Amino acid sequence: MAEHGINKARRRFLVGATSVMGAVGMAGVAVPFVAAWRPSARARAAGASVQADISKLRPGQRMTVEWRGRPVWIIRRTPEMIARTQAVSPTALADPDSRQPQQPEYAQGGLRSRRPDIGVLIGLCTHFGCSPLYRPEPGAAEARGGDWPGGFYCPCHSSRFDLAGRVYTNMPAPTNLEVPPYRFLSEAIIEVGEDGEPG
Amino acid sequence: MGAPKREEKQSWLEARFPARRLWRDHLANYHVPRNLNIWYLFGSLALLMLVNQVLTGIWLTMSYDPSAEGAFASIEYIMRDVEWGWLIRYLHTTGASALFIVMYLHMFRGLLYGSYKAPRELVWLFGMALYLALMAEAFMGYLLPWGQMSYWGAQVITSLFSAIPGIGPGLAEWVRGDYLVSGVTLNRFFALHVIALPLVILMLVVLHIMALHEVGSNNPEGIEIRQHVDAEGRPLDGIPFHPYYTLKDLVGVAVFLFVFCGVVFYFPEGGGFFIEAPNYAPADPFTTPEHIAPVWYFTPFYAILRAVNFSLFGLEARFLGVVFMAGAIAALFVLPWLDRSPARSMRYKGWVSKVMLGVFVLSFMALGVLGILPSTPLRTHLAQLFTATYFAYFLLMPFYTRWEKARPVPQRIASP
Amino acid sequence: MSRWMLILWLLMMPLAALADASRSMPPDLGDQASLQRGLKLYVNYCLGCHTLEYQRFSRTAADLDIPQALMEEQLMFSPVQAFDDPMTNALTGEAAQQWWGVEPPDLTLAAKRHGAEWISAYLLGFYQDTDRPLGVNNTVVESVAMPNVLEPLQGVQKLGCPPGASRVLSRPENCRELVLAQPGTLSPDEFEQVVGDISNFLAYVSEPSRLKARAIAPGVMVFLFVFGVMAYLLKREYWRDVR
Repeated sequence: MAEHGINKARRRFLVGATSVMGAVGMAGVAVPFVAAWRPSARARAAGASVQADISKLRPGQRMTVEWRGRPVWIIRRTPEMIARTQAVSPTALADPDSRQPQQPEYAQGGLRSRRPDIGVLIGLCTHFGCSPLYRPEPGAAEARGGDWPGGFYCPCHSSRFDLAGRVYTNMPAPTNLEVPPYRFLSEAIIEVGEDGEPG
Repeated sequence: MGAPKREEKQSWLEARFPARRLWRDHLANYHVPRNLNIWYLFGSLALLMLVNQVLTGIWLTMSYDPSAEGAFASIEYIMRDVEWGWLIRYLHTTGASALFIVMYLHMFRGLLYGSYKAPRELVWLFGMALYLALMAEAFMGYLLPWGQMSYWGAQVITSLFSAIPGIGPGLAEWVRGDYLVSGVTLNRFFALHVIALPLVILMLVVLHIMALHEVGSNNPEGIEIRQHVDAEGRPLDGIPFHPYYTLKDLVGVAVFLFVFCGVVFYFPEGGGFFIEAPNYAPADPFTTPEHIAPVWYFTPFYAILRAVNFSLFGLEARFLGVVFMAGAIAALFVLPWLDRSPARSMRYKGWVSKVMLGVFVLSFMALGVLGILPSTPLRTHLAQLFTATYFAYFLLMPFYTRWEKARPVPQRIASP
Repeated sequence: MSRWMLILWLLMMPLAALADASRSMPPDLGDQASLQRGLKLYVNYCLGCHTLEYQRFSRTAADLDIPQALMEEQLMFSPVQAFDDPMTNALTGEAAQQWWGVEPPDLTLAAKRHGAEWISAYLLGFYQDTDRPLGVNNTVVESVAMPNVLEPLQGVQKLGCPPGASRVLSRPENCRELVLAQPGTLSPDEFEQVVGDISNFLAYVSEPSRLKARAIAPGVMVFLFVFGVMAYLLKREYWRDVR
């Protein structure tokens, strides 16, 4: 081909400009394909918040509701259970003040809840996702130990949590049980999955 | 390859994979006639649309439910609940029609410039096989939305098999896997549509391009550029495919995408031709829509099928219609051996060839229109007439191409 | 070589013209007030029998700019339905079969099947016919099985001669024009708007993504146009070699 009379600068500019536009176009094409993998409206509808009536939940008892396909425990802690939980030595716990992001802001601290008497936890062990057993009575047999103050015990790999879902040190589970976002719509109705107004 | 004396230092990749050689042989050093016109764009566009179909198809499969109970609702799920699902689906539905449009233009180019003639018979045959496979692909894909048109279209077309004497009725049931089109049929069409046929199609695309690059592209003059080469064996009338035709095609791609996106965003139903109104009602085996017509790209053949309402040689009309329809496609396959003209391009062929090509195109389009419309006695007669002229193009070709006087074809492509 | 530019131009023209034409057609998705009125009318007069099984309340609220609280309080009547649920009703198929002999069809895709104009013509086409079990018939759908639920608004129509027609030329039994025999609470013009709003709403429901498609399409077209011009300039630059 003829080499004379080629405007190299013009060519470089046009190649660059067209390539940039082409790249922008490809990125634009990628947007729908990437976004299509996000949860669909149906999945989001199925994952919407759930309401639970806790007026019939008696002190010391636990109830389970399903939220986004996962079990959510709601326990009503007796004053005695609260006292026992607060009495657990911080050195025995991996994250006693719940600093790791395993709960909404309003559920930080020792009891990890909006109200001291009502605990809300996602009932899946943070180790490999088994559902731990509820053993609120002190010294429960499977939890192995006379000093067991009541809590949750995972049968899969023996992880132990207290009644606020805090994991003990040297357990297979690395973090505390997760606390989902929730709020009280009234004294009796709790909504899981919705933070609502802060506070 | 790995000759130690070669100064050019080989990279790790080059020692193991002929990336550079493939680039040279098929793009940078693949010489193409320098006089290709706009008709030579549609092959690239067909490839682009095929990529579009594969990509959007994979994404649709992620949210589609191939069951008789869930298929229709899953389409609406894609259209409403999946983020951007509507765009991905419209790209697929519009893409199917666009693929057939560019393919028909691509095939017309072949007829116009004699691209099927020696030594390009295999290019043409692989291309025709692609056309056939894509028709099957489109037909099976059309069942998947499980709307009324999907259902009854499949019902009618699978019934064609039952017209074959003897084995017919059993064959139709075997194809459907049921006494009529059902969820079983939907499942197998889905499997064929998303896995089996795409594999065949991609393989045929590779064969089509390999065969083409072996013999080189034809051109509007029908001149064989490889007969006049320079000292290094490069055709004197050729230019490298890259960058000249890659850039020329890029302009074509931009123009095409402009029109294509215009349809996708503003008229995705294509006026009822790309998505038909009855297909917005779920399949109902007890109620046939008032008027069933296949999608537009099948209608020429459908018109031929309906035009045959007479018996011949003791064969019943229904079977004869199927024979004619199959013959209309088969005739295209043998085209390279029907054309006896010394010239390839219409530019140097005689006037009979030009008239006959015009008659053929007219017949094909008229049959396409007739296949869309509900049949009346007059339309049936018209369809019979155009069926006759359609076949005349092929059957008379060996005679008129020899009889007419072709102008001598120049040795070289004239300078512009 | 300017042929390409010409082709670009020629391709642009009909597209632009068609895009304009489609905006002025009866279903006007750009008219949000009409869509909101249509939703309110649909929920009050139609949803009791005709579901919109693929359309969620939440999607409708988002697209038509209606706050969730307003939607839940004023446009959702069933206590068991959630904001994200499809717009369905409590009518069972058996009950419908008993009352009308047919199940009222779902109308999510009605505007796709028949067109919005058809829906308007149908809703305007009811007339008194004492031979029918429900006392009404329809000029668009013969032997209709649906009562004229909008009758309180529209009034009662009969088939007959229009008021101005000559009595000698057109005997009453030959006239098959819709005549308003007994006015409703709305004037004919107001009623036509009601019907237009319902059709418009159904056109929206049949394809909610159309709103988004309309919104992003101009950007896509402009981008492709500029890209085409760039590609053309680049191609022309390289093709200088060939001459």
